[in-house]
Amino acid sequence: MIPGVDGFMYPNEVELQWSVLIVLYPFVTGLVAGAFILASLERVFKVEAVRPTYRLALLTALAFLLVAPLPLQLHLGHPERSFEMYTTPHRSSAMAMFGFVYLWYLTVVLLLEIWLDYRADIVRLAQTSKGFLRLVYRALTLGSMNVSPASRIIDDKVGYAVTVIGIPSAFMLHGYVGFIFGSIKANPWWSSPLMPIVFLFSAMVSGIAAVLMLYMASMKLKKTPIDMRCIDTIAKYLFYTFVIDFTLEMLDLIHRTYESDESFRSLDFMVHTRLWYSHVVLQIGLGTLIPLILLAANQLWKFTEAKRKAMYVAACSLTLVGIFAMRWNVVIGGQLFSKSFLGYTTYKMALVTREGLLTAIALMLLPFLIFVVLVKILPPWQESEAHKA
Amino acid sequence: MEMNRRDLLTVGGKLLMIASVGATFEQITGAEPAPDTYKMADHWWGMIIDIEKCIGCGSCVRACSNENQVPKDYFRTWVERYEVPEGHGTPHVTSPEGAINGFPLPKPVDLKSFFVPKLCNHCADSPCTQVCPVGATFVSPDGVVLVDKDYCLGCRYCVQACPYGCRYLHPETETVDKCNLCYHRITKGLTTACCENCPTGARQLVDFKDPKDPVHEYLRNNKVNVLKAYMATEAKVYYNHLDGSVR
Repeated sequence: MIPGVDGFMYPNEVELQWSVLIVLYPFVTGLVAGAFILASLERVFKVEAVRPTYRLALLTALAFLLVAPLPLQLHLGHPERSFEMYTTPHRSSAMAMFGFVYLWYLTVVLLLEIWLDYRADIVRLAQTSKGFLRLVYRALTLGSMNVSPASRIIDDKVGYAVTVIGIPSAFMLHGYVGFIFGSIKANPWWSSPLMPIVFLFSAMVSGIAAVLMLYMASMKLKKTPIDMRCIDTIAKYLFYTFVIDFTLEMLDLIHRTYESDESFRSLDFMVHTRLWYSHVVLQIGLGTLIPLILLAANQLWKFTEAKRKAMYVAACSLTLVGIFAMRWNVVIGGQLFSKSFLGYTTYKMALVTREGLLTAIALMLLPFLIFVVLVKILPPWQESEAHKA
Repeated sequence: MEMNRRDLLTVGGKLLMIASVGATFEQITGAEPAPDTYKMADHWWGMIIDIEKCIGCGSCVRACSNENQVPKDYFRTWVERYEVPEGHGTPHVTSPEGAINGFPLPKPVDLKSFFVPKLCNHCADSPCTQVCPVGATFVSPDGVVLVDKDYCLGCRYCVQACPYGCRYLHPETETVDKCNLCYHRITKGLTTACCENCPTGARQLVDFKDPKDPVHEYLRNNKVNVLKAYMATEAKVYYNHLDGSVR
């Protein structure tokens, strides 16, 4: 008997290959894609109510995007060779495209859109600030000091075009992450054409929830009243997206159950035992049904401001827990059962190793640190205050 | 010292004689002749495994482990024992430490029981090579799935993509490792360590491109199958007498 193993595993399967860091990767990229889609609601779809969160959403996306490759780098046996993915990519590999998708999204979409939107502010700050900050802002202008109305119109037009390109790019970024898992025919827990689209909608759900929370927290810290129309609208979009996401996940579940292929009994047993807590309790119960009920209640009845805020905070926190659990169940769950369908292993998470719990916690805190720095350098508030005024 | 044409021919002739005497001496003393150059395009390697001949002794696992310095608790090859209840019951499968020390005697139960040696199937359409982001694992022109350990990132996507559980991350090199069909041996005209050490001849290295290889007659006369045929990986390890319960 091997400790932690029930039934039969192929001998090389006992040890899990993809750790909690690989759980973080789709979670973090999901937040990026979701936050960007929320930003584009205002920019492209002209949902004016969410304007106070536009810049905040872009900075959130950037903060998380900067951290996204780190868990992957730390996971690699030879991180010093990761550059090979750029120099000699293997064209048939879904993973080989990561570097290019990432660079495209970071430089062509996100940095460009943020720069265009902030350009006038950067020029103003370059002229008004002093010392080291002045140098930083001067560098950030990239030599473009022209803020005439005509140039601002150009900024706006190009920014709009970038956002329009950005929407399919955000879809690609996260749909692609889903494809990395969904295209593995050897693993029936992953192999599904629905995987990219489930990943996409869950990304939107998590990103919208994260921005809503960050906006409410920022306003609380700044002691500025929360724009209720804004958060009501975001909560409404969160609800709609969540309904689609949940429907897709249920479709996947019903399809698997009804089809009951050779892997079904093994996977069903896993969900009822090793994944019971993280899948049924955390992901479906606490992380999906309760937030959906809270959000649906707000669509049906009118609550007081204080109650609405509390309900949104509860719904968003639980949503983020639920989406994290979903990533966990995909990545870790997909490695707990044997490809012989005859046994199960256990994931033993280390504490202070390169791929341990503390590293994962540090990697989850890092985007918030980056976010604070970004907010300091590029304050997103003028937009919201101007909007209120 | 000046050297004219006559001197040059004399010295050259003497050197030639010394060289030819040396070469003749080497032949007489039995020194190894220069091997024929191995041409990858002339081979297409695979394996035949006869389940009825396997006695579960684990010699193949030990031989492989010694030959390739396989780290403890990881396996380039292993043997499974199946005990299958009548009808469509779930088989009971064991492989204690990959059967490196064989198997303990089974309890006397009235079950269909047999051994299944496993190794990389050296698939022609291998899902593992498909997913490698840098092409560090590849199918060589002679049909062997290899890993370039100087190029592998250690991302382990290939481990996830292999339907047969044949790959692992080598704990020392932190690159992916697996059966390479003893490539260092087969390219020198030898067979694999596992085949050489199998006492019953249950495992046979075969070259599908060699018209004289007995594999052609074997495949004509036996009903063989590959593991998980539905995966459409074009596996090249053929099993004779493969029971439907084997996964």
